[in-house]
Amino acid sequence: MLRSGIIAKKVGMTRLFMEDGKQVPVTVLQLDKLQVVAQRTAEKDGYSAVQLGAGTSKAKRVSKAMRGHFATAKVEPKRKVAEFRVDPENLIEVGEEITADHYFEGQFVDVAGTSIGKGFAGAMKRHNFGGLRASHGVSISHRSHGSTGQCQDPGKVFKGKKMAGHMGAARVTTQNLQVVRTDSERGLIMVKGAVPGSKGGWVTVKDAVKKPFPENAILPAALKSAAEAAAKAAEEAAAAAAAEAEAEAKRLAEEQAAAEAEALKAAEAEIEAEKKEGEE
Amino acid sequence: MDLIAQLEAEQIAALGKDIPDFKAGDTVRVGYKVTEGTRTRVQNYEGVCISRKNGSGIAGSFTVRKISFGEGVERVFPLHSTNIESITVVRRGRVRRAKLYYLRSRRGKSARIAEDANYKPLSGAQA
Repeated sequence: MLRSGIIAKKVGMTRLFMEDGKQVPVTVLQLDKLQVVAQRTAEKDGYSAVQLGAGTSKAKRVSKAMRGHFATAKVEPKRKVAEFRVDPENLIEVGEEITADHYFEGQFVDVAGTSIGKGFAGAMKRHNFGGLRASHGVSISHRSHGSTGQCQDPGKVFKGKKMAGHMGAARVTTQNLQVVRTDSERGLIMVKGAVPGSKGGWVTVKDAVKKPFPENAILPAALKSAAEAAAKAAEEAAAAAAAEAEAEAKRLAEEQAAAEAEALKAAEAEIEAEKKEGEE
Repeated sequence: MDLIAQLEAEQIAALGKDIPDFKAGDTVRVGYKVTEGTRTRVQNYEGVCISRKNGSGIAGSFTVRKISFGEGVERVFPLHSTNIESITVVRRGRVRRAKLYYLRSRRGKSARIAEDANYKPLSGAQA
């Protein structure tokens, strides 16, 4: 049951104090106008997926091609666009907005983003090498990687040898993070632990691939239109119930009024009769 | 106010803790919930607060030091922990440092802290 993931913005980290005295470190992720921009279908593209867009960008900063793409989908220009493979039955209509209820509390998710760039980093930082000794004749090279291989045989440094180089600013996925809390009104998802990337960066959230698919996950996705329809239905039901109650109250009031009128009449008649009796 | 600060303020309000105004040098009594098997009870821990960290926000914490059976014991409490039942200020101390780590190397008479005779409560805060 492959369903769509979401694009979210990393807001930052905080902690939550639970009722049982535990405190949980959480990363706050925000959904910002997350809409379906396009569909990929097996007939047309050879695979089925949904293309989501999140955030807002000024129309003049968007290339003409992308402007046209957003215009055909009838959505505002998006800041970040990403595709998610889904099963054909889980395709979502273009223009639908996804809400934070997409994930439920306790569910496990995988979060992918671009890690913070560290520039050209040495072997100690990049690969957790131990470095050289602080004394015993080591000079200038305390943080070096040391030997990179053998001698004349093989006479070369093997490919893939861990050495200094560029670190970070790469796509990183953190697997099996637990959703601690969701807030659909503000579009917030709080996941336990850290998430790759800096604050304000974009991340994609998917159902955890290394856990069984949750049974109570919403298929194809938690949509704003569905939520609105449900709210409307609930409102209508409430209104109908209220109207019924009102009608019932009205009927009761009428009955009571009629009874009162009857009683009044009877009393009047009695008084009348008594008067007559008195006269006689 | 950014979203994280807003969430933290909301959480502090939701926890509804009554945290007194205290600082390093004050002697405090902390009622800490301890779970033994199925039942929970409140254990009092009294000592000198030797440091306050990260202000009064959700990440705030404080360290309480006491001498227990001749051995120095320090415990760090999160300020807003749901395990803390109560914090009461027993005595106000007069100190000239924000962190009293120098008490660790002292014993007995030299580890005393003078009482702050003219303590003024913070304006707006209840003591």
